[in-house]
Amino acid sequence: MPGLKRKDILGLRDMTTDEIDLILNTAETLKDIATRSIKKVPTLRGKAYCTLFYENSTRTAKSFELAGKYLGADVINVSASSSSVKKGETLLDTARNLEAMGLDALVMRHPAGGAPHMLARHLSCSVINAGDGMHEHPTQGLLDMLTIRQQKGSLKGLKVAIVGDIMHSRVARSNIYGLTKYGAEVWLAGPATLLPTGFEEFGVKVTTRVEEALEGADVVNVLRLQLERMEKSLFPTVAEYHKFWGVTPARLKLAKANALLMHPGPMNRGVEISSHIADGNQSVILEQVTNGVAVRMAILYLLMGGGEAA
Amino acid sequence: MTILIRNGRLIDPANHIDQLADIFIKNGRIAAIGEGLKDNGVDKVINARGKVVAPGFIDIHVHLRVPGQEYKEDIRTGTAAAVRGGFVGIVCMPNTNPVIDNVPLVSYVVNLAREQGLCKVWPTGAITKGSKGEQLAEIGDMKEAGIVAITDDGRPVTSSETMRQAMIYAKQFDLMVMDHAEEKAISAGGAMHYGKVSSMLGIKGIPSTSEEVQVARDVLLSLETGAHVHIQHISSRQSVALVRWGKQMGARVTCEATPHHFTLTDQIVADLNYSTDTKMNPPVREEADRLAIIAGIADGTIDIIATDHAPHHIDEKAVEYQDAAFGITGLETSVGLTVTKLVKPGIISLAQMVTMMSTRPAELVGLKAPALVEGAEADITIIDVDKSWTVKAEEMASKSLNSPFIGWELTGAPHATIVGGKLRMLEQQVIGE
Repeated sequence: MPGLKRKDILGLRDMTTDEIDLILNTAETLKDIATRSIKKVPTLRGKAYCTLFYENSTRTAKSFELAGKYLGADVINVSASSSSVKKGETLLDTARNLEAMGLDALVMRHPAGGAPHMLARHLSCSVINAGDGMHEHPTQGLLDMLTIRQQKGSLKGLKVAIVGDIMHSRVARSNIYGLTKYGAEVWLAGPATLLPTGFEEFGVKVTTRVEEALEGADVVNVLRLQLERMEKSLFPTVAEYHKFWGVTPARLKLAKANALLMHPGPMNRGVEISSHIADGNQSVILEQVTNGVAVRMAILYLLMGGGEAA
Repeated sequence: MTILIRNGRLIDPANHIDQLADIFIKNGRIAAIGEGLKDNGVDKVINARGKVVAPGFIDIHVHLRVPGQEYKEDIRTGTAAAVRGGFVGIVCMPNTNPVIDNVPLVSYVVNLAREQGLCKVWPTGAITKGSKGEQLAEIGDMKEAGIVAITDDGRPVTSSETMRQAMIYAKQFDLMVMDHAEEKAISAGGAMHYGKVSSMLGIKGIPSTSEEVQVARDVLLSLETGAHVHIQHISSRQSVALVRWGKQMGARVTCEATPHHFTLTDQIVADLNYSTDTKMNPPVREEADRLAIIAGIADGTIDIIATDHAPHHIDEKAVEYQDAAFGITGLETSVGLTVTKLVKPGIISLAQMVTMMSTRPAELVGLKAPALVEGAEADITIIDVDKSWTVKAEEMASKSLNSPFIGWELTGAPHATIVGGKLRMLEQQVIGE
């Protein structure tokens, strides 16, 4: 098996299917570790990394932390004020200082698109993007793809509907870049004010009618609606949003009977997704979380550990 | 000091000149033009064989950062960058700290430039006090102190009524109103052009409409008031169309294009992987916009080329893209980009280039245009139109290095700059006292 010949994981847009396959296959192999009674292997003993989060996170931060711990690495966690300027230290200085402590990898979430790309240029340790602004969230994209692959066998030809605030969503972008590489038919649906301009040119279908996206879908991925978007006049009320774009039991029936229902979390129950289906038998939302640990173990292993020897 | 420019091709369309000749300069003026002039006792002979000798180039959109931001640029480094780029004179913007909105500040810049400048410097004054968009600045007073136009560049006047009154007021003093056309309510928070590339990169976009609504407003106000409004750094195809329409309607509207807007598109942000040297305001937009700007340059809708030279310290650029300062340097790459992107492909002639970089810019701000005639002040730019060269950071004279063109191969380089009879640059080497 070839190793991962890159220093950083910044996004799925510039990754090849060979690289993605390697990560997903490695994740399948490592997934068992997280479900054993003794959840520790020495694979990454002696390796150190840091999670640096400039935005709040439960799932991604904790999942990255546990992933490394299961593999025996040392991890430190830094959660910083969202503005490095406020702290008086630049992002670059913060990262360089952390690297100087001997890190092998830096996992960062940051509100500015492109922030991890800047660090990757300046640091010699690996930089792993745990979400950069509205740009990418590659490990979420990978765990979504792993979840779909496990359930459906292959990604090719699947109709995947991504519903909600596409414009501000890094989850949507990583899913789009990843899924289209494998020949999935990706549909984006949401209010016109929350749809990004120009995405049709990347080979996806865009609609303001959620029913059109859900019709015959194999996968329905519902995005979190950030309620502060209301203040910017992007949609009027939660009630109106739910009426036109909420994924309800009735709308989910438009999808195939065995369609998967996904959500990256945290959910606004009753807004973008109805509780009945979020907790229903089509939901793979918690499976996504479990796979998240596996994908992050794979990435930490491939970047810091014996990627070549895998 | 006496200078003899030998065997150059003199191009000065305003004076119907396109001929091979020598120019003899004495006491700061063009003393003689002719063939085979004697070089006995001449202090400096410049061999201009194969080169273009033009009336001196003027850039009417430069951020000198004086007063208050001398860590980005100062009079000496800014004018050094200018003469290295082939400019004999520059018009500097008032969005300094404090804003140039009164006579003492105008005089400060004028006097400092006289003492330290390597080229001519003409300041502009703010339209409103502190560029806050509320009360008019002392426009008449500032004109007497030396300003050549008014502008709230960078902090454009939001209120249409304030802009309207400013135009009416400026007109009586025969001052042009330069506008950085931007509706901040539309552009707020954006860091690059709003389009498929900003969608792809997840960067908040600046829609073209943020410029266009203000261009439309300015054109209509100019039609009503008869004032001369000048649209700075035009960036979108609809803005070009609006200016074209305004001119057809008889509005006194002019506009400028920057080399980066006729050279780059928003794709550069992706290609340079979020390099903040691609961040400027207005942003470079789409290929259709770039082509419309080129068409506007070719048909005369766009009057002049100006750089919006905007130096920034590395600390203001080595940060997250959305937090980085807007602006790139331009003085030292303007001639090269203009020759490479406009003259060599045949979009404009050398004569049109001279008009757009010397004669027209001077006329717009009410200055006597440099001319290649006997008796005229010796403000001369010599261009090596065929020279291939690489833009190198270590060779730049500006204090700042925020240019996306570093590393580019260009054709056409400024060869010499003569300011008021003094040789200020030869073969891209700046010459001080």
